[in-house]
Amino acid sequence: MTTLEPPVVARPTAGLSRLVDRHASALPTAAAVGILALLLVGAQVYFGNFLTPRNLSALLLDHAYLIILAVGMTLVILTGGIDLSVGSVLAFTGILGARMLASGLSPAVVVPVMILGGAAIGLMIGVLVQYFDVQPFIASLAGLFLARGLAFVVSLQSVKVQSSSILWLQSTRFGVGDWYITPTGIIAVVVLAAGAFTLAYTRFGRTVYAIGGDEQSARLMGLDVARTRVLVYVVSGACSGLGGLVLTAYSGAGYPRNGIGTELDVIAAVVIGGTLLSGGVGYVLGSLVGVLVYGTIKTIISFKGAEQSWTQITIGMLLLVFIVIQQVIVVRSARRR
Amino acid sequence: MARTVHHRLFWPVLSLLALVVLNAAVRPSFIRVAVRDGHLYGALVDILRQSAPLMMVALGMTLVIATRGIDLSVGAVMAVSGAVALTLIDRSADPGDVGTVIVAIAAGVGIGVVLGMWNGFLVTVLRVQPIVATLVLMLAGRGVALLVTGGFITTVVSPPLKFVASGYLLGLPFALFLSASAIAVVALVERRTALGLLTEAVGINPEASRLAGVRSRGIVFTAYVASGALAGLAGILYSSNIMAADANAAGEFIELYAILAVVLGRTSLLGGKFSIAGTVVGVLVIQTLQSTVLFLGVSSAQSPVFFAVVVAVVVLVQSPQLHSRVRRLSGRRRRAVPAPEKPARDVEVSA
Repeated sequence: MTTLEPPVVARPTAGLSRLVDRHASALPTAAAVGILALLLVGAQVYFGNFLTPRNLSALLLDHAYLIILAVGMTLVILTGGIDLSVGSVLAFTGILGARMLASGLSPAVVVPVMILGGAAIGLMIGVLVQYFDVQPFIASLAGLFLARGLAFVVSLQSVKVQSSSILWLQSTRFGVGDWYITPTGIIAVVVLAAGAFTLAYTRFGRTVYAIGGDEQSARLMGLDVARTRVLVYVVSGACSGLGGLVLTAYSGAGYPRNGIGTELDVIAAVVIGGTLLSGGVGYVLGSLVGVLVYGTIKTIISFKGAEQSWTQITIGMLLLVFIVIQQVIVVRSARRR
Repeated sequence: MARTVHHRLFWPVLSLLALVVLNAAVRPSFIRVAVRDGHLYGALVDILRQSAPLMMVALGMTLVIATRGIDLSVGAVMAVSGAVALTLIDRSADPGDVGTVIVAIAAGVGIGVVLGMWNGFLVTVLRVQPIVATLVLMLAGRGVALLVTGGFITTVVSPPLKFVASGYLLGLPFALFLSASAIAVVALVERRTALGLLTEAVGINPEASRLAGVRSRGIVFTAYVASGALAGLAGILYSSNIMAADANAAGEFIELYAILAVVLGRTSLLGGKFSIAGTVVGVLVIQTLQSTVLFLGVSSAQSPVFFAVVVAVVVLVQSPQLHSRVRRLSGRRRRAVPAPEKPARDVEVSA
């Protein structure tokens, strides 16, 4: 009987470590969910009035454009790339849209132009990366410069939006009790759902993971690596265009200095959400958690009335913690191999 | 002739000359250098003077990139260094005292060294990817700078500090002496000792150099420290130029311009062989282009469009795909004289 005892005792821990091993790729995302919960509960205990429906609704809606950008960025990072252009493209499409609306064009024309404008810059980056072997960092850097410059070419000052249908996107509130959501929030949720579905269930989505995992193998499996990689940047560009629309509706104006440094916030949110920068591992829903962590920290700091510079410092530190966690996971899985 | 064309720096130098000639043709005053009050004045002198901060940052970036790394935090380091130095001067009893200013400058450079050590620690000890490791500081650094200045733009009145960026020595801008000595020190240390060779070895093949007994950790660590120190000095120059510590605007986008300068100088982003002279030429190309764009009456805010075109052209010219395509097109002509083919390929591999 005594000989049977050790395995019986060891089973729970063995089961746990097997669970952790099997789902090692989901571990960073799980950690992000834990941190978000901790932040929210901690803030509720500290302030007493933090977890209100109104506050949580605002948390989602204030960062709707970040969520949209994060979906596109997640796809790019999953292929092992990076897209530095998102903040500039956001500003460019936003000011372009505002200017076109101001000159009397119908939103039915303006909105597609904004999304296609973002997609066109994404296409340029994708072609540079795929067909000219330019590093994603440098190719998207060219995209960043181009879009930021074009934004100032369109207008040097901010342009107010008077179009009622664009403003409707932000001013309308569908509510249940104190919970509410605006059309911009709905756009973000739809993009998020579409991104999650595409990555999990479509040929394109699985190819994205395959490229990030091992490009050579993906190619040998006969997957269309070239088209997928270009498409990933096009999708990210289109997301930035859509983000420009949402931000324009949110702020009621286009401004060429919008979104400076946003690419860093988005990358930080995606990494905190559990996507490995080396590619192949990560989830769109994790990026949502990353954005919410970012938003919660920002809200807590404004609740406390402290300097907003603490947001940057906290996000930087959190990013570091997550990178170290990821590093441990990568080293572990490499050792097992 | 063929050797000149195939030299690593042929295209960078040619584009710099082309820019200067183009400017001189459109506005003859561009190349005119006048002596006023015993100082040299002129557009070319201005370009050299204004290029000093970018020169410092790009030199450090060259070393980091040679080790297969990248340092995104240089702009944030500039902001912190400027904030620390100007806060010290602002709080001192006598802001105009030379001693105070020297202490403040040392503090600014010192904080740059510390931040560089932090980056080096993340990259060499924790083995974090350089792009992510320095992203942490890029995000947090400006926050730190804002805390140091208390969220305000600290302005000071201090003639010795003003001298650093705007003063003249022997008829030449003092900033020029600073950037020239930075170039000289980096070039001497890297090229007259084995350090440059070892840096390239680590960048070309970290595993092979480790097996050959190269202590790559120390070399990579030193590169980040050097980059931090140079960025710290650049931060002093920037704030001396405007006599204020602006935590948000100091070094904005400078990491991108510095990387562009390094790439223009034909140091590969994949690490390995690097060229300090190339980086110097790259910085001058960028600064001349900036001056050209301003002269054309384009708002400085719109100038990124030009840089986007430059980046695109440069990376396309360096792209191996384009080279092989061109070679296939001109294959028949080349086959007659195959001799210069070999050195040409060497350049491409390293570029």
